[in-house]
Amino acid sequence: MRGNGQRDGDETASPVAADAPATGRPWQGLMDYDEAMALFDPVLGLEVHVELNTVSKMFCGCSTAFGGEPNSQVCPVCLGLPGALPVVNAKAVESAIRIGLALGCSIASWCRFARKNYFYPDMTKNFQTSQYDEPLCFDGEVRLEVDGQEYAIPIERAHMEEDAGKSLHVGGAAGRIQGADYSLIDYNRAGTPLIEIVTKPVTGTGAKAPAVARAYVAHLRDVLRSLGVSDVRMEQGSLRCDANVSLSPKGSGVLGTRTETKNVNSLRSVEKALRHEICRQAAVLAAGGRIKQETRHWHEAGAYTSPGRSKEEADDYRYFPEPDLVPVAPAADWVGQLRRSLPEPPAARTERLRAEWGFTELEMRDILGAEALEQVAATVAAGTTPAAARKWWLTELARHAAETGVELAAVPMTPAQVADLQALVDAGIVNDKLARQVIEGVLAGEGSPAEVVARRNLAVVSDTSALQAAVERSIAAQPDAAAKVRSGKTAAAGALIGAVMKDLGGQADAAAVRKLILAALAD
Amino acid sequence: MISHWLIGWISQLGRCLRPRADGCSCPHASAFGQRWLRLSSAAAVRMGRARRQELGVILSLSPQEVARLADLARIELSLAEQERLAGQLDVILAAVAVVGPAAQGDIRPTSHPLPLVNVFRPDVLAPGLGQADVLAMSPAQEGGRFKVPRILEEEA
Amino acid sequence: MTGLADLGAAELADLLASGQVSSVEAVQACLDRIEAADAAVGAFLHVDADRALAAARAVDARRAAGADLPPLAGVPVAVKDAFAMTGAPTTCGSRLLEHWRPPYDSSVVRRLQEAGLVIVGKTNMDEFAMGSSTENSAFGPTRNPWDLGRIPGGSGGGSAAALAAYEAPLAIGSDTGGSIRQPAAVTGTVGVKPTYGGVSRYGLVAMASSLDQPGPCARSVLDAALLHAVIGGYDPKDSTSIDAPVPDVVAAARSGDVAGLRIGVVAELGGEGYAPGVEQRFHEAVALLEAAGAKVSEVSCPHFDLALAAYYLIMPSEASSNLARFDAMRYGLRVGDDGSRSAEQVMRLSRARGFGDEVKRRVILGTYALSSGYFDAYYGSAQKVRTLIGQDFTAAFERVDVLVSPTCPTTAWPFGERLADPLSMYKADLCTIPSNLAGGPAASFPAGLAPEDGLPVGFHVMAPPLAEDRLYLVGTALERALEPSGAPLAARLVGKELTL
Repeated sequence: MRGNGQRDGDETASPVAADAPATGRPWQGLMDYDEAMALFDPVLGLEVHVELNTVSKMFCGCSTAFGGEPNSQVCPVCLGLPGALPVVNAKAVESAIRIGLALGCSIASWCRFARKNYFYPDMTKNFQTSQYDEPLCFDGEVRLEVDGQEYAIPIERAHMEEDAGKSLHVGGAAGRIQGADYSLIDYNRAGTPLIEIVTKPVTGTGAKAPAVARAYVAHLRDVLRSLGVSDVRMEQGSLRCDANVSLSPKGSGVLGTRTETKNVNSLRSVEKALRHEICRQAAVLAAGGRIKQETRHWHEAGAYTSPGRSKEEADDYRYFPEPDLVPVAPAADWVGQLRRSLPEPPAARTERLRAEWGFTELEMRDILGAEALEQVAATVAAGTTPAAARKWWLTELARHAAETGVELAAVPMTPAQVADLQALVDAGIVNDKLARQVIEGVLAGEGSPAEVVARRNLAVVSDTSALQAAVERSIAAQPDAAAKVRSGKTAAAGALIGAVMKDLGGQADAAAVRKLILAALAD
Repeated sequence: MISHWLIGWISQLGRCLRPRADGCSCPHASAFGQRWLRLSSAAAVRMGRARRQELGVILSLSPQEVARLADLARIELSLAEQERLAGQLDVILAAVAVVGPAAQGDIRPTSHPLPLVNVFRPDVLAPGLGQADVLAMSPAQEGGRFKVPRILEEEA
Repeated sequence: MTGLADLGAAELADLLASGQVSSVEAVQACLDRIEAADAAVGAFLHVDADRALAAARAVDARRAAGADLPPLAGVPVAVKDAFAMTGAPTTCGSRLLEHWRPPYDSSVVRRLQEAGLVIVGKTNMDEFAMGSSTENSAFGPTRNPWDLGRIPGGSGGGSAAALAAYEAPLAIGSDTGGSIRQPAAVTGTVGVKPTYGGVSRYGLVAMASSLDQPGPCARSVLDAALLHAVIGGYDPKDSTSIDAPVPDVVAAARSGDVAGLRIGVVAELGGEGYAPGVEQRFHEAVALLEAAGAKVSEVSCPHFDLALAAYYLIMPSEASSNLARFDAMRYGLRVGDDGSRSAEQVMRLSRARGFGDEVKRRVILGTYALSSGYFDAYYGSAQKVRTLIGQDFTAAFERVDVLVSPTCPTTAWPFGERLADPLSMYKADLCTIPSNLAGGPAASFPAGLAPEDGLPVGFHVMAPPLAEDRLYLVGTALERALEPSGAPLAARLVGKELTL
């Protein structure tokens, strides 16, 4: 299909070169990253689409709820039936303004919707009602810190638009559009409010570009979550990112041709895709080639990008002001009121929590780096000490997340459960080592911490007579150590404690065991 | 090229001067009494847009241009149709192009005839259409979804 | 052939209210008339007799039960086939929608039904409202009852012809550049375009969104006012709908008092290109109004000369976008889907087969006018000219209360005469277009027959936004002055054999 038919999930195959490696992925020359960074300065551009969590759609009263029967949440308006007319959702406008304010944008005193005209079967009107040269929010800025360095990301605009329907492609490989025989379309999602946030070209990031991009998206996600305007789940599509990058020969000041990469479905993908694209572009440029201005598709599994439709032949969108809608002119009072009621900005909140929790900046940075802030906060809110919360999230749970390739927010153990676990530790029901096994069990889906303790019989032995018996057995088995303890070398108790722990399969509170041993040998 | 230009100009002048059977005023005379010229696309493009506007020059609409527009508008047109439309649209465009020179100066465009702003609806649910009603209209459907032909063209 | 079908709506409503006549009888009379005349006239695309009679029975039952019914309850009405109505196809005169049955009702249809009017059928129109003669309908032309070899005007020729042939006492049309008023002029009937935003567009298949407006059509001024009062008013489903009460058009139509009313004759809308008979009747009408007490002066609206050009850029541009939804994916004609073609190919073939020539012409023109590189010169400039035209109106209305002109430069022309030259067709809208661009209300009232051909001439009145009551004052004054008996001009057709 000519023109902008590109969608996340659409892709075309690259021709596979004769010397393609056995992975089966298309051969792509890649320059080593560090080498590329020595030759080029990357310039980034990030476009993020946010699906708002309004109850109803942008221009009609249909439900935005996820997962309904196909084509059951539609009406003449979102289906684009002849004669239907849009009416703007007030809550969507309010959310858009709050987003703009939170990103430091100016809010337009008067702006209009515009029609972006192009054909695609998932678009009911074959134009998208969006905003063109009059965005609701413009000229903002986001400040980030990455590895101790501060970056200012300039925001070009944030504007309102509507989502399209969802297509299923039938007959091709793995549901891909390429090679499909036909497609099936569900318009439930069509008309859902979207806010598109676009940065100005981001320069001066150097080799950190992919990390800065990731940090920016993560920051946006945090801001949007704090505003309560969206679920911001990248894996569910309520937060989508298109990553643009071009390479400028170092010191030349000449901007390169940029490519846009879609299907970037996680924070990790943002970083990886950009890194890959930089290496690919550098190889092309170093070989004397030319970068085609195009949209590329990121393949997470194979870790490569493939070309989509070339933007050089892109549709002419023929933008003009939407005649079925009247201008939006937010009153200054209203904007002021929204500004005053904004929630605490994430940076300020992080600092406040750091102070409350008594962590150093470095400790806090570790938490942020592991993207564990919300988790730690929720665990503390559930009654755990900050130190304990931090410990569990940055050790066992972070490791699990890395091993299974999910984000920390998606691990199968909740902050409430972590708090319950720590409570068990505090109550002496399990010790630290056993607690790790409990976590294992919860992550494996065996149930709540208490259930796992019961099922796996991980509770510390609390029956004093059993403990006493084990203590006596260890004393009997190690008379030399016992003698040392009796003579005042309490350090020798360690061997005895170890023996008791081994005897009881680790299910004992070491401190209590030590007490019993010392008491038994104290005569 | 020059003879094409001359022929075009003369034929247009001729059209202006011929009396009309229905007594209608010549559509090519604008309120500004501008003489307008017809040039081949190449010559006109070379002239530059500012100079074209100054002179009131209108680009000829070629059948190739019509084909490109038909692509944008997703309408299949035969070569004969492209040629016919090019000729007809050329005449229409010549007549409507008077708006260009007339719109010089600091004039705010009107996108709405009446000064309404801020028309909103509250974020509440409203009854929509049932799946059956919606699919009853469709040329093809499967599993509750609209069935459409494959979306990508075969790669050559 | 006099009978119930020949009565006006106000008269019929009185008889219904007093119980002398039942709605079933009134509707049946229309259906009989349609059966007798429509083979020759071709005003209707669909007539659902059973449904209409069932609706009539329901009104009669409510009246019998003592319910307090709205003024026009039980009166038959015809609706242009551009308005979505469940239970029958809504075709917009196009092959593309030939079998489309909307799953919802337009707000206008809803209001008619709630007011108890009985919709007898959907009327013929130029395809997607593009045309001034109804020759562009995919289902055959409608013939002017005054001369079956001539066009009834367009795009709403069906509604106007239905009135002139006494097939219904009331009709609904839509007006984008004159599609209600110009057919009214050439058929000797009344057609009104309300202030933009005065009647809900929800459910009216869009042609040019910033210009379209539904409106009432009738054989008399009072009838049109009664219908106007039913369909007008705020609709939350239409963001461009005006949240203000409908001006009291019925009172104005009953009054007709133009004493002291300042009337401005638009200098630019006359002279060369206007048929002598049209100009003659126009000036006579102005003289009649002056005799009735109006103050007449000449007003210049210099930018009206640019109105046609601006309109034929703005309208195709908006229409090209509005018609993009017809892509054969969700409804409508689908052609060429044999499994070998892609969605895009099927779209292209379906649109090529489903759209007629005029539609293709305007869609291509609109696509061009909006395209990058040409936007400023064409669409962008046209929107600025639109501002200038609005300023002309504002300036004029500081000096006068209404502006007047002929509705159409000529009377009805023969079939085929203007098909080869699109520009000549477009010029039928010269006088009507400025008010669509500026958004103010305007109407066409019968002004007699042209001496040279005996065909109806229309008198065009324009008023400031939300001042449609002034239109009805002038209309009634003219109606009384022209026909002392008060009967509409179209009454001349009663009893006339309609043969080709």
